[in-house]
Amino acid sequence: MTVHNRGPLLKVSDLSVSYAKPRKGTHLGTGAALHGATLEIRRGEIVGIVGETGSGKTTLARATVGLVAPATGTIEFEGRDLGALRGRELREFRRQGQVQLVFQDPLRSLDPDLTINRLVAEPLDIAGGLSSREKAARIDEALREVGLEPESIRGRRPRQLSGGQRQRVSLARAIVTRPALLFCDEPVSALDVSNRNLVLNLLDRLRKDLDLAVVVIAHDLSSLAGIADRVAVFYRSRLVEQGPTKDVLERPAHPYTALLTASAPSVARHHALRPTDVRLDADPADQRATWTAEGGCVFAARCRFAHDACRVQPELVTLDHHPAREAACYVAGQWEAQPQKESA
Amino acid sequence: MSSPPEHTSMLTVEDLQVSVGDHLVAVRDVTFSIARGESVGLVGESGSGKTLTCRAVLGLLPETGQIDRGSILLGSGDADLPAVELTGARRSTWNQLRGTRIAAVFQDPASYLNPSLTVGHQVDEVLRIRGGLARRVARERTLELLHEVGLHDAELVYHRYPFELSGGMLQRVIIAIAISLNPELLIADEATTALDTVVQAEILELLRRLRRTHQLSLLLVTHDLAVVAETCDRILVMYGGEIVESGPTEQVLGDPQHPYTQALMGVASIGDWSRRTLDTIPGQPPAAGEEMPGCRFAPRCRYAAPECVAGPIPLLTVDRDRSSRCVRVAVPA
Repeated sequence: MTVHNRGPLLKVSDLSVSYAKPRKGTHLGTGAALHGATLEIRRGEIVGIVGETGSGKTTLARATVGLVAPATGTIEFEGRDLGALRGRELREFRRQGQVQLVFQDPLRSLDPDLTINRLVAEPLDIAGGLSSREKAARIDEALREVGLEPESIRGRRPRQLSGGQRQRVSLARAIVTRPALLFCDEPVSALDVSNRNLVLNLLDRLRKDLDLAVVVIAHDLSSLAGIADRVAVFYRSRLVEQGPTKDVLERPAHPYTALLTASAPSVARHHALRPTDVRLDADPADQRATWTAEGGCVFAARCRFAHDACRVQPELVTLDHHPAREAACYVAGQWEAQPQKESA
Repeated sequence: MSSPPEHTSMLTVEDLQVSVGDHLVAVRDVTFSIARGESVGLVGESGSGKTLTCRAVLGLLPETGQIDRGSILLGSGDADLPAVELTGARRSTWNQLRGTRIAAVFQDPASYLNPSLTVGHQVDEVLRIRGGLARRVARERTLELLHEVGLHDAELVYHRYPFELSGGMLQRVIIAIAISLNPELLIADEATTALDTVVQAEILELLRRLRRTHQLSLLLVTHDLAVVAETCDRILVMYGGEIVESGPTEQVLGDPQHPYTQALMGVASIGDWSRRTLDTIPGQPPAAGEEMPGCRFAPRCRYAAPECVAGPIPLLTVDRDRSSRCVRVAVPA
């Protein structure tokens, strides 16, 4: 792979986003949706993002395309700080469609009144600068790239397509501006199993054909395992672990990642870890439940391995002997050997 | 997870045929039974007829849907569990049965709760109105139920409104309501689909526990083979409105007989993180009610032969407890 000798396409540093106004005395307010996230994405790479509802996955996507303003931190795209763009520069950047979002439910994200042709043409109309012949050629190219036959599909409307076809139209719409980065927010959750892999394989092909960087937000670890080169795990607005997919899923360093892999349903169990091995059942009497609110580790309330040090949120640090892996845990990768503390 | 020795059937569905709209047959030739305390998984993609089948069992078919043929028998016929024929049952019969003998949990818990009442109030209501409990007794029982479904801070949860709880907690409340009148059969239709991985595992764990402690018969309807793998004793695989394979979970997953089940296994979550290829099933499933000669999977099947589309294919017995709707069963490979 040639990706290593190029700088990152997207560089997110210490990014925090808050939806609630910070009040005096509180660091980010109670509405911190993302807290100090740092990650890089290179061209031709697929990065999977996992985490539960409200963990900050979607907020990261929204901040990257400029839908929400960061409270702290920077987002650099091809070396340019997006936060510093103002007025005409910002509009120009958005119009080019270098970063595109693909949403979960194409039935809701595609205008039902528009034909497929109009839907795919829209981003080009916004970008401007193309003749109608060039535009038509680009639309056909995008539709073919996602495996749809332009002649038969152009005049149809979203309702007349199957779920898998609709999601491919969303993808055609996203790649028609020839973006460098694709942010897919749960692109397959609304699809049946057989269509799911079809769309994921398509993403894999797009990154090869178009040298795209693809970020896939998903909750199905198994599908991510099939296509993502790296994964980033979020928990309660924090990035808690990231690294090469296989390493992270096979030998999770953070207890939350371990809980995730142990909880993933599978038709045949390839891993011995069970959810109860890492999970602490909710117990209101347990003091650790209050640590998070007081600045402790975000996972403290549910972690079997939480100890006194965890009263302070650990930073994301590189793992010993694993330069490509990072985790935010004091016992990262060693928790299996840790004595399990009983409820206080 | 072996089935109980006495095979008293709690639900017996025979030769069920359901049509929707203008006589489009969407479910045909569906026959299965669920024993007391047994857990059966009904697996299929959208449009396979799994949801219509379970709606027929619940007496909740859409207005355009109707049962053309067949029988749905609830109960074993024992004195405490009298057998009731559900097809054609009157509204008054349904009102008696729902909750007390048959209950259901669906995908989106928030839409089944009243947003303007506390969740405690809503569990209470069922116990008071349907269960005939006095206010104070009902409250006590509600707290017990909330605790039983894993909401440990029951007092706190009792006074919460639905919007204040997470999806997983709401699903637990719905399960508390479902088991509140001690039904014998619980139907869970995609009850864990919209939940996060960790919460999904917890809810499945809860269902397994309730099944044990309440001797519940469980019908788990899902599109995900992996979800039934650890929770069900037996699996029914549906495709195009028909059951195409059935048998004990381990056998079906370990050695799938029908090519569709084999294809599903290829796309299911196998929990193997080193896998780097994602299989797909080429083609599209048939539309609801689409008339086809013979096997409905034939157009997508890699083993399809002329005899597959020569005429209707019955569910063939593979082995004791196992069957497959495929001509290849007759000719062992």
